[in-house]
Amino acid sequence: MPRLLSSPHGARLNRTDWQMLQVILALVPGLIAMIYYFGWGVLINALLASFFAVAFESAVLYLRGRPILPTIRDLSAVVTALLFALAVPPTLPWWLTLLGIFFAIVIVKQLYGGLGYNPFNPAMAAYVFLLVSYPLAMTNWLPPAVPELLQAKDLVSLSFWDSLRLIFTGELPPHLSWDAVSAATPLDEMFTKLDQDIMISEIRQSPLWGDFGGKGWEWVDNWFLLGGLFLLWRKVIRWRIPVAMLLGILIPAGLFWLYDPQVFPFPAFHVFAGGTMLGAFFIATDPVTASTTPKGQLIYGAAIGLLVFIIRHWGGYPDAVAFSVLLMNIAVPTIDQYTQPRVFGHPSDSGRGQG
Amino acid sequence: MHSARIRTQLRRPLWRFHGGLHIPDEKGLSRNACIQDAKLPKQLILPLQQHIGAAAKPLVQVGEQVYTGQKIAEAQGYVSAPVHASSSGTVVAIEKHPIPHPSGLSAPCICIETDGKDTWGERPPELLDYRNLDPSEIRARIRWAGVVGMGGAAFPTSVKLNPGSDQNIHTLIVNGAECEPYITCDDRLMREQAGRILQGVRILRYLLDVKRCLIGVEDNKPEALEALRLALAESDLKGHTEIVSIPTLYPSGGEKQLIKILTGKEVPSHGIPAQIGIVCQNVGTVAAIADAVLEGKPLISRIVTLTGRGIAQPQNFSVRIGTPFSDLLEQAGGLRSEGAKLIIGGPMMGFVIQDPRVPVTKATNCLLALTPEESPDPDPPRPCIRCGACMAVCPMNLLPQQLYWYARAKDLDKVQDYHLFDCIECGCCALVCPSHIPLVHYYRYAKTESWAREQEKRKAEHARRRHEAKEARLAKLEAERKAKLRKKKAALAKQGTGAAEDPKKAAIEAAKRRVAEKKAARAKQGVVPKNTRNLNPAQQRQIEAAEARRQPMRSETQRERE
Ligand code: SF4
Ligand code: SF4
Repeated sequence: MPRLLSSPHGARLNRTDWQMLQVILALVPGLIAMIYYFGWGVLINALLASFFAVAFESAVLYLRGRPILPTIRDLSAVVTALLFALAVPPTLPWWLTLLGIFFAIVIVKQLYGGLGYNPFNPAMAAYVFLLVSYPLAMTNWLPPAVPELLQAKDLVSLSFWDSLRLIFTGELPPHLSWDAVSAATPLDEMFTKLDQDIMISEIRQSPLWGDFGGKGWEWVDNWFLLGGLFLLWRKVIRWRIPVAMLLGILIPAGLFWLYDPQVFPFPAFHVFAGGTMLGAFFIATDPVTASTTPKGQLIYGAAIGLLVFIIRHWGGYPDAVAFSVLLMNIAVPTIDQYTQPRVFGHPSDSGRGQG
Repeated sequence: MHSARIRTQLRRPLWRFHGGLHIPDEKGLSRNACIQDAKLPKQLILPLQQHIGAAAKPLVQVGEQVYTGQKIAEAQGYVSAPVHASSSGTVVAIEKHPIPHPSGLSAPCICIETDGKDTWGERPPELLDYRNLDPSEIRARIRWAGVVGMGGAAFPTSVKLNPGSDQNIHTLIVNGAECEPYITCDDRLMREQAGRILQGVRILRYLLDVKRCLIGVEDNKPEALEALRLALAESDLKGHTEIVSIPTLYPSGGEKQLIKILTGKEVPSHGIPAQIGIVCQNVGTVAAIADAVLEGKPLISRIVTLTGRGIAQPQNFSVRIGTPFSDLLEQAGGLRSEGAKLIIGGPMMGFVIQDPRVPVTKATNCLLALTPEESPDPDPPRPCIRCGACMAVCPMNLLPQQLYWYARAKDLDKVQDYHLFDCIECGCCALVCPSHIPLVHYYRYAKTESWAREQEKRKAEHARRRHEAKEARLAKLEAERKAKLRKKKAALAKQGTGAAEDPKKAAIEAAKRRVAEKKAARAKQGVVPKNTRNLNPAQQRQIEAAEARRQPMRSETQRERE
């Protein structure tokens, strides 16, 4: 092929793989925090998922007769794998990770044509797929390794070997029972109790709680927030989606909390519990599946936030980020269609492409 | 506190356009090189078409002696410009020669072997008292001088300066932004010849009868700003002319962008600045206007920057139009390395040339020799990840990724829904795209395809109309023939004799008519303007608008001919 010598002639300012690498870097603080609080299972899952993702992607590319290395090098498969691994419980059996990653990479991503063509966020689609098919395994969370909490509840955390064994054989060490090692997530705890008409002041008596969300959990969210700010600073992501999504949660949560603080938790709870931060900065901002227009991104983000709030309170699933993101993925083409910016020199109402 | 307020009061409010890019300006390589007169080349190659519109028609023949400043090719039609001999010598050829063009095109050129004497031919009088002249006379002079937009657009200036009496032109904007990296020819011009620019401004102010004039210069050129301000302080233009320092942001020198920055107004899509009362001229053009009016000098030289790290000694040359770039390269110490990419224009919008013997034309402002480090070949393109980086920098607020999507799918209707033709090909989107997609290349391709389709449509329409006309004509003839027959029969029946020669006459008459009609049809087809094939629709529209305004200009053209 002759060299394509089209303007501009200067060095390109950015590269897809740098972008992805920065996303991975930005995930590191949160990942370390997760490992710190929830044990080695998180790391094992992350490594396993990454390995599977790269393997599946290579296999599909090979079957499609596409060059393998340049695509693997863009690191998007690793990003998907990490997001998946950070969303699933650290106890997830290896074969469910395999299944989830297969679903994410082969079905959701490659069958639609590969990076850039997939309408759904692969990590979230896989998460939902497993949650629906294997609800128990997907909600088997460990307690955060916060000493007061472990003592109060008489819980233990798993060692590296215990985690490895659990993931690969599904067995706990002989001297431990599930009750001794697992705990509900703060979201689960909150909404299960709320369903039982227990008042929030009472629910919050439990040693599970920290300042806003659950102990440990809120710190994980803080570290994801830090990673997100890094991405904003590096301009890998833009502010609209995360800000809109957080406001989309905070505003309704705030209004309802004002209305009845015993039935609706303090707004910050929503932000510092579960996958909100991960969702706002790393998942909803996935460029491939998000809205691309400025106005559209505000709508997209806000709608995800609102859906998260609604599903958490009135839906069956406590952590709703994955569902909300997928639902809004469907709406993206429509949103983009109706939020085209006004083109220079056009009257303010004619920026929209027709048809 | 108090002085701060005064300063803010004095400072002109500026607007900003969407997007844009801060890129290293690289002007340091050549900005301190004073304008040097380039040597007269042995041979001058003067393309007949250095402007938008119809190519000029040669007035000289091979072997003829020509003098500096002599008009050697005449403008053809209203949107066109004449060509003058840039130095004295002998016409040695009128033939196709490679010209600076993205596709390495060859086009008809007049080649002059210079005699080194640079003897001037006859010059028209200096119009020092232009204030006593009718604006149309000044325009005729500018038209005679072959002045075209020297910032790169190359639109005939006299046409642009005749916006028509229905447009109320209130503002003249002089474009000294020079926003493309590397290029410093306008910078040097403003620093060294600010007075000449202001002379031009004064002429244009009278010509257009504008209330105010704004000279916009990016703030990375403090010396140019200073020089213009000093010159302004000494002139009589202070009351209405303002030197405005604008923030450096590519592409603030785009006509539409500059107008927005300085006035907050947007040139309507598919429109021209005159529609919002503005005429915009590049500083180089303004200086050329001053030369034409005050000195009777046609446009035979311009300032050209030779720069880039591939060039031994970056320079700003004052160059005779038609000088081969290879001559200039030699005078700049030659190429530093073999692998340098030669680019005409800037790194953002320029194009690569393979043959350095192409000549400097009226609109070429820069030759870059970029090393592989400065201009690495981009990686193979990767899929669009919809990151929106392109959209964030697009100065026209387009959706480049959507344009790309549909351009790639060859969906020519959709690309137009997404306003492909508002794209100014500034290159911002392609530069930031992390997937290294050659976006501008796709847009150019889609534009070319769209014009081709448009032309096909027009052709088909034409053919259809012709066919219909023919059918109608035949039907009419047939009806006439029948009518005649009936008449004849009736006459025969009445008279019985004496009408024998009539049918013959009728047949001859009919045949004559047919021939005449055919001729007329052919003539009609023939008036399709020539040399307008490679125009983009904006240019096309400019030309059409200009043609529409042409009526009052006729007399001027006439005068010029005299
Ligand atoms: S910058 Fe490139 S990858 Fe990003 S949306 Fe635009 S075209 Fe796609
Ligand atoms: S080249 Fe066209 S689409 Fe790209 S940034 Fe410039 S105006 Fe926008």
